Amino acid sequence: MLQYTIRRLLSLVPVMLIVSIIVFMIVHLTPGNPAFLILGEDASAESVAQLEQQLGLDKPIVVQFFDWLKNIVTGDLGQSVYSSEQVKTIIASHIGPTFSVTLLAIFIILLIAIPVALFAVWQRKTLLDPIFISVSLLGVSIPEFWFAMLLVLGFAVTIPIFPVAGYIPFAEGWFEWLYHLILPAFVLAAVEIGLVARMLRDGMLEAVNQDYTRTARAKGIRESVVLMKHVFSNALIPTATVIGVMIAGLLGGAIIIETMFTIPGMGSLLIDSIHRRDYPVIQGVILFIAAIYVLVNLCVDLLYAFLDPRIRYD
Amino acid sequence: MFKSKRNILAASILVLMTVATLTASLWLPTSPAHIDPSERLLSPSGQHWFGTDHFGRDIFALTIVAARISLLVGIVVAFLATLLGTATGLIAGYYKKADAIVMRIIDGMLAFPALLLALALVAALGGNVKNIIIALTFAFWPVMTRIVRSAVLQVKNIQYIEAAKTTGTSDFVILTRYVLPNALSPIIVQGTFIFAKAILAEAALSFLGLGVNPATPTWGSMLQESQIYISIAPWFSIFPGLAIVITVLSLNMLGDGLRDAFDPHAVKQKRVKKVWPLWRARKTQKQWAREKEQKSVAENEYMGKEV
Amino acid sequence: MLEVKDLKAYLDTSTGVVKAVDQVSFTVKAGETVGIVGESGSGKSVLALSLMQLNPTPLTFYPQGEILFEGRNLLGLRERALRKMRGNEISMIFQDPMSSLNPIFKIGNQLIEAIRSHKKMPRHKAEAEAIELLQDVGIPDAERRMHEYPHEFSGGMRQRVMIAIALACRPKLLIADEPTTALDVTIQAQILEMLRTIQNKYGTAILIITHDLGVVARLADRVMVMYSGRIVEEGSTADIFYRTSMPYTWSLLRSIPRLDEAGQDRLIPIQGQPPNLVTPPKGCNFSPRCPFATPECAEIDPALTERRHGHRVACILSEMEFEEQKQLLEAVDRKEVLA
Repeated sequence: MLQYTIRRLLSLVPVMLIVSIIVFMIVHLTPGNPAFLILGEDASAESVAQLEQQLGLDKPIVVQFFDWLKNIVTGDLGQSVYSSEQVKTIIASHIGPTFSVTLLAIFIILLIAIPVALFAVWQRKTLLDPIFISVSLLGVSIPEFWFAMLLVLGFAVTIPIFPVAGYIPFAEGWFEWLYHLILPAFVLAAVEIGLVARMLRDGMLEAVNQDYTRTARAKGIRESVVLMKHVFSNALIPTATVIGVMIAGLLGGAIIIETMFTIPGMGSLLIDSIHRRDYPVIQGVILFIAAIYVLVNLCVDLLYAFLDPRIRYD
Repeated sequence: MFKSKRNILAASILVLMTVATLTASLWLPTSPAHIDPSERLLSPSGQHWFGTDHFGRDIFALTIVAARISLLVGIVVAFLATLLGTATGLIAGYYKKADAIVMRIIDGMLAFPALLLALALVAALGGNVKNIIIALTFAFWPVMTRIVRSAVLQVKNIQYIEAAKTTGTSDFVILTRYVLPNALSPIIVQGTFIFAKAILAEAALSFLGLGVNPATPTWGSMLQESQIYISIAPWFSIFPGLAIVITVLSLNMLGDGLRDAFDPHAVKQKRVKKVWPLWRARKTQKQWAREKEQKSVAENEYMGKEV
Repeated sequence: MLEVKDLKAYLDTSTGVVKAVDQVSFTVKAGETVGIVGESGSGKSVLALSLMQLNPTPLTFYPQGEILFEGRNLLGLRERALRKMRGNEISMIFQDPMSSLNPIFKIGNQLIEAIRSHKKMPRHKAEAEAIELLQDVGIPDAERRMHEYPHEFSGGMRQRVMIAIALACRPKLLIADEPTTALDVTIQAQILEMLRTIQNKYGTAILIITHDLGVVARLADRVMVMYSGRIVEEGSTADIFYRTSMPYTWSLLRSIPRLDEAGQDRLIPIQGQPPNLVTPPKGCNFSPRCPFATPECAEIDPALTERRHGHRVACILSEMEFEEQKQLLEAVDRKEVLA
């Protein structure tokens, strides 16, 4: 297990290198002079030259990349062009809301997907099964921003029980925090519930027909124990692989949801920065999200090995 | 492939939608560009089936016309991502040396949530149809590479491919004639899913104001515009959204159906079609079994006479 | 102890209703070993699973028959009562030991689960019992191996674990469905030997289901031959091997190598394919492939009738007729060999 963990950690090095190249290239893909883009077309030649020097844009591109990479590795993400604050500090102040809303969404997903999948497998021979498939397909086919609009229409406009927007930090009271987040977190979760439940159901249906399930039944243990212990635990292994996809969906969805519900998280920051052409912040946020995603995938792989003893001892 | 009713339904919806949007100018009663300030935000009626927007434009006409961008982006992205993904996947799966390099790059690209990567690229390149297609292709093809690669790895060492190698068949012929056909079903299925995802992503980009030129109606941009009118004109938000859901759902249904159709291991088990009450299923099964038995015995007797 | 009366088990498949088990009756007495022999697709596995009612429902249904275990009809039992029976009084081992153990739980866990599902006892006691069981089925270093996962065991060792699980609650009947088919020949012999020892120690009756006549010859007291869902011959092991009275059994014996008959060094396969069980042939099911078939065979479906004590045969040929025909065919065989 230790060896596996080390090997997996080492494989992150090339991945993060590619990630940083892509993030770096974002600015340089932009048609035209980045300095002009930041300052606007009518900027004076001097201020453009000054900014170019400040951002190191006058050096060859490879040199620029390694300078940039050196800074990143030492933890220096640069300075915002818009507010002159350190990108690090800006990102740090926006982590909380994104973290809250995604965590709550994951909680909702598990809370709904697991019982739904269990129920679907238990009643697998009834008409419930095709209904389940259709609903889960519908779930992944709804754009989250549209679903959010419908929920806002339903629960914030027609029957106003939830706030339409805003974010209260956890420190200012857990109830207010939860109350403001429940709608956005639910929207964020809704799209992924179908995916996770479907994967769990497929995994369980696979396991239900396996020989070891028959062995378990032959022991004379209760069907509910067979399903919960033998079938469910085996279904967790394939399901672990969709956790990565789920987190990607959540991080992507958070960008939209935060914008819609005016939650001051990483997503709002990214969209605002794109509109402001604040490239250092854009790069910083994208790099940060990618790094988180890579770490999550690492954890998923380790979880996978933990769940499946056959991998653990390889 | 079209054995299941579900697949036929999904395919028909998509064809109908494509034909409708391409021939829109021939049959739409009101032009989508027709602005009438006196008809702002009218609710659905006989004249305006889906109501009107804040410029007094007909939402039904707009929704139909907006399908063009969505379907165009979807199909082109699905095609390009499939093409690129298949090529890189074949190379990575077949040549060990290329595998290490290609897969490192793919892993790096997969380190971004797809929407984030697309967003970053569109932000850098600027929003127009061409750039959105580039960005989404870039965001979605790594998945295809992985799928094709694993399909190739599965068939690579099968005897007939070894045999073809020993008789001196060129790699290109082996890849296109022997390896590719075996990877075809996952490619088609994944291609369908990419089509669906691309439509959703394009709508999201437009919704965030990073899509195509605002003058061209798309479902995403319509939804963005409708957002502030949601409490007074909910139809403005509902119909373009429904259009997205129907299109994407059809594609997902088709992909799901195709996966089942291609899967040789799928158990074609008969189901007891009984919804309610669920917990009495056991009893009804017995009744059902009895009926079935009587029927089958009768059938068998009939068959016996025939022979 | 176990009495199966006129059992039918039908499978509902997309091509039609398959009569996998048709009008099967037999008994198993306490402590004896009974073998069921048949080709693949003869319905023997469905029969085995039916006894435990582990067939997937509603794929399988039972339009008729009784499975009496100590006087109680298992077919009529509710799920809860059946559960108390499974693993406790009747238990089962399966063909493929590689996939029959749950890959993600330790061997000890799976054994203890079997013990505690029917006996209320504290965990440490169950653990001690589990170790003892593992030693009984011949697993060395049992205490350490309790904490290993199935993939760390070889096929033979896994089948031993399966047997230990099956014996956990000292069942009265052990159903072994092709227990050695997936194993190497040397391992097969060890497992069979072990089954014998265990049977002597625990006094369990064994119903062994196999396509391998060698296994049956080695282990069984009585044998039933199954063909296309029916029992076609039943008798003591000696009856079946030395006083064969049914063309199918005879053909089956002729198709396997035997060391004791010097003259016959050629194997004669059975012609044709097993019948389609959705629309079985009229008359005797074996008639299309039977070298003895008369026109009558395509009309009359012979019932299982007793020839001598405990030896039942389903064939319209009398013993005399069969003997005559058999010698004729064997003479032809020899001629071919000589030529």
